Amino acid sequence: MPYEKALEQFEVVIGLEVHVELNTKSKMFCGCKNEFGSEPNTNVCPICIGLPGALPSVNKKAVESSIAIGLALGCDIAKTCRFSRKNYFYPDLAKNFQTSQYDEPIAFGGKLTIELADGQAFDVEIERAHMEEDAGKLTHVGGSTGRIHGADYSLVDYNRAGVPLVEIVTKPIFGAGAKAPELAAAYVRAIREIVKSMNVSDARMERGNVRCDANVSLRPKGQEKLGTRTETKNVNSLRSIESAVRYEIQRQAHILAGGGSIIQETRHWHEDRGYTSSGRVKSDAEDYRYFPEPDLVPVQPAADWVDSIRAALPENPEKRRKRLSAEWGFSELEFRDVVNADLLDVIYATVEAGAKPQAARKWWSGELARIANSENKSVEELAITPTQVAEIQTLIDSGELTDRLARDVVAGVLAGEGEPRAVIEKRGLKVVSDEAALIAAIDQALASQPDVLEKIREGKQQAAGAVIGAVMKAMGGQADAARVRELVLERAK
Amino acid sequence: MSDLIHKSAAELADLLSTKQVSSEEVTTAFFDRSEKLNHKTFSYLHLNRETALAAAKKADQALAAGKIQSPLHGVPIAVKDVLVTQDAPTTAGSKILEGWMPQYDATVVKKLREAGLPILGKTNMDEFAMGSSTEYSAYGPSRNPWDLQRIPGGSGGGSSSAVAGRLAPLAIGSDTGGSIRYPAAVTGSVGTKPTYGAVSRYGVIALASSLDQIGPVTNTVLDAALLQDVISGHDSKDSTSLPNSLGSMADAVRNADFKGLRVGIVKQLSSDGFQAGVAERFQDTLSKLTANGVEIVEVDCPSFEYSVAAYYLILPAEASSNLAKYDSVRFGMRVLPEGNPTIERVMAATREAGFGPEVKRRIILGTYALSSGYYDAYYGSAQKVRTLIQQDLANAFAKVDVLLTPTAPTTAFKIGEKVNDPLAMYLNDIATIPANLAGIPGISVPNGLAKEDGLPSGVQILAPAMQDAKAYRVAALIENLYKAEWGGYLIDQAPDLEALNV
Repeated sequence: MPYEKALEQFEVVIGLEVHVELNTKSKMFCGCKNEFGSEPNTNVCPICIGLPGALPSVNKKAVESSIAIGLALGCDIAKTCRFSRKNYFYPDLAKNFQTSQYDEPIAFGGKLTIELADGQAFDVEIERAHMEEDAGKLTHVGGSTGRIHGADYSLVDYNRAGVPLVEIVTKPIFGAGAKAPELAAAYVRAIREIVKSMNVSDARMERGNVRCDANVSLRPKGQEKLGTRTETKNVNSLRSIESAVRYEIQRQAHILAGGGSIIQETRHWHEDRGYTSSGRVKSDAEDYRYFPEPDLVPVQPAADWVDSIRAALPENPEKRRKRLSAEWGFSELEFRDVVNADLLDVIYATVEAGAKPQAARKWWSGELARIANSENKSVEELAITPTQVAEIQTLIDSGELTDRLARDVVAGVLAGEGEPRAVIEKRGLKVVSDEAALIAAIDQALASQPDVLEKIREGKQQAAGAVIGAVMKAMGGQADAARVRELVLERAK
Repeated sequence: MSDLIHKSAAELADLLSTKQVSSEEVTTAFFDRSEKLNHKTFSYLHLNRETALAAAKKADQALAAGKIQSPLHGVPIAVKDVLVTQDAPTTAGSKILEGWMPQYDATVVKKLREAGLPILGKTNMDEFAMGSSTEYSAYGPSRNPWDLQRIPGGSGGGSSSAVAGRLAPLAIGSDTGGSIRYPAAVTGSVGTKPTYGAVSRYGVIALASSLDQIGPVTNTVLDAALLQDVISGHDSKDSTSLPNSLGSMADAVRNADFKGLRVGIVKQLSSDGFQAGVAERFQDTLSKLTANGVEIVEVDCPSFEYSVAAYYLILPAEASSNLAKYDSVRFGMRVLPEGNPTIERVMAATREAGFGPEVKRRIILGTYALSSGYYDAYYGSAQKVRTLIQQDLANAFAKVDVLLTPTAPTTAFKIGEKVNDPLAMYLNDIATIPANLAGIPGISVPNGLAKEDGLPSGVQILAPAMQDAKAYRVAALIENLYKAEWGGYLIDQAPDLEALNV
């Protein structure tokens, strides 16, 4: 059924569960390193692999980060809350129960205002944000699907087992209509920005630091009762969230319009071919046998602790964006590109370090983005800091470097040759300001190209380019091209 | 030095600290006896002379250097197989953990090592501490040194028979509903369940996390106090461990007096259902206290009636979750079914083969009790009973310092007598369970032999939470009264184990 037609008949209701992996140094309930990319099963201990006798103890920093997230989402923070056990058997779950929060979350009752591309603002109500631990990672070897069924065998890596997560759950979102898919993606983007701005998560979706489960249901327009929902799991990019929600709306509308009914189930999103498929059937009868975790005492954050976390919260990213957009004076297009390329923070830091906004933008969205892209890295991962970029730009502004020399300095810094000044020293990258040397080189170039000299004298200034090129070459590129041009025209008279 | 085995731990510690005997000699004496007699009592699942003697030699070296690491320095000890030990296999009495070598030491084990106590071995127990007789041990039952046809209590029957049979001067037990106190009562030894949180549970294989507590099993009250002082204290690895020290139990024992003591007896736990000889012993204890000017008051604890029912909902519920980790994936037994098995089938086959009948019974009970739709009626109600029991006890302790009950309804029963009657088995713990539900301390002290069968009986002292010292004080007073009557400890009347035959 066409999307527009589906929306004429049905009202869309969505609900989003976003898992944010915290970037604490250690895991949620033990002292093991919380680190991405280690050798499998190296960041493990009796606690996170659930050996008999081991007991959990709560990571205070993880609680602090969870409170910070709750506050940033406008939630109330519980005066006392508990962990519960969510019981189910699965080989990536070391204890065969997940230590999570159930009826007593750390944060509840928040609201996030999401602005869509056309400027329309949506208030998304946050039901709760609760703390829990991540499971290990399974790799299924053999078989065609990469899923557990049909695999020859499976490997388990418990490095991720026990990594702290905050699960943020919305209340059902009504009234977004055709914009529900866009809203879902915009909401996750906003969450991602918030946790990143607070530095409580690395917030890298491709690493699973932020994961979204999207609940979608439809009901005929005018009907009170909610329709049966499906939950599409682990949709791991903003684009696929939008596509998956849109797909589910169409799929469900097609079934409902044909008189069929929706099965309450978990569905998997297939990014490559753009559809969802049925996972395990999920009904309310699936019974996790939650009960309060008896190995942990209640978490009771003191009011003054919560106040100090609140006081330390950074500016809301949306507000900050608006402020910076006004301050920096970029065009709307330039600013959007910066935001989409995730360059706001590095540019901000570069401006703070003394560079002009436009210059900072040019570096990060130009030369540095190009290098990062070719090395398959993010700009943050490059071996150059905003402070160094600002320093190089200052040298350009003062005429000590040309653009071209500056690029060499950047290359030197990236190659690990030290601070910009040290690179300039080592590579001998000073602008030649010795005019006598320049004039000598120009005179020689003009003398060897009499036809060009003739053309310049006839008023064809563009012909000067060939001479300028020769002079720059003779000077090893270390001359100010603009000054050379001036001198060429002068000497040609 | 065969008389070493007849000495209390405190006496041995004195001989050690004054260098009249070495830890190596003491450890060897108990080891020789254990190797000779363990086939009779089956107290130990695992004995390791090498590691025990190495620890004894280390303790002797420290002594020679003038370093006494604790008041029990050099005294060997037996440890219930529910605590993980890096140098000895740990099974919790279950096939599913057969041969498992833990990668770490329990906090209590670490404390014992740091205090200079050589570990003789790991003692038998009902599988995952589920039982009152050790008949549910996957490795066979332990036997009572007073009568080898009888049970030594459970789940800690390995520890109680080791101590009562003098195969160890001291032992560690765990008590979830009476697993220290009940075995102590039926073997004529002393057993303490400290206040919940007084001793770290880190490295204790969990049965029911909110009820489990580690404690001493000994032949004298002073020994129990000395051992509790060694193993207790806050542990950052156990969130439920108490932040503050409860003071010295040994001091409470040494300074015990009758002054101003008010003792309560519980209306619901003083008449019905107790074996005549046990009831008679209890009355005898009360008479002795009265004769010393102690005021005895009857208190009403109406909610105690529901304690066994509540316990058998909370315990299985927590156990069903705690025991989920035994799935063959990371450690322990793995059974591969025929064909091309899925992980679900491997887990199921392993759990089918690895768990015994009582464990399966309680996992099923607990899974049911936590199920959606039943949670409120079962687990929820049981937690409310728990609160009511705490209120009953708070009311009682407003009137009296401690409460006394018989520890067990009967003396030791015969092996096989109740093994097919789980409900009868569950009722053995009727007097001990309330302490676990309320988190309060309880000590069982011998108070004589029941006249009809000549088997040991025990009296239980309950004190308010964190006032373990009060329980020790009264335990010491009762012990002293009987010592005066018997001219020694009850255990001195035990038959010669070497002469008994299975």
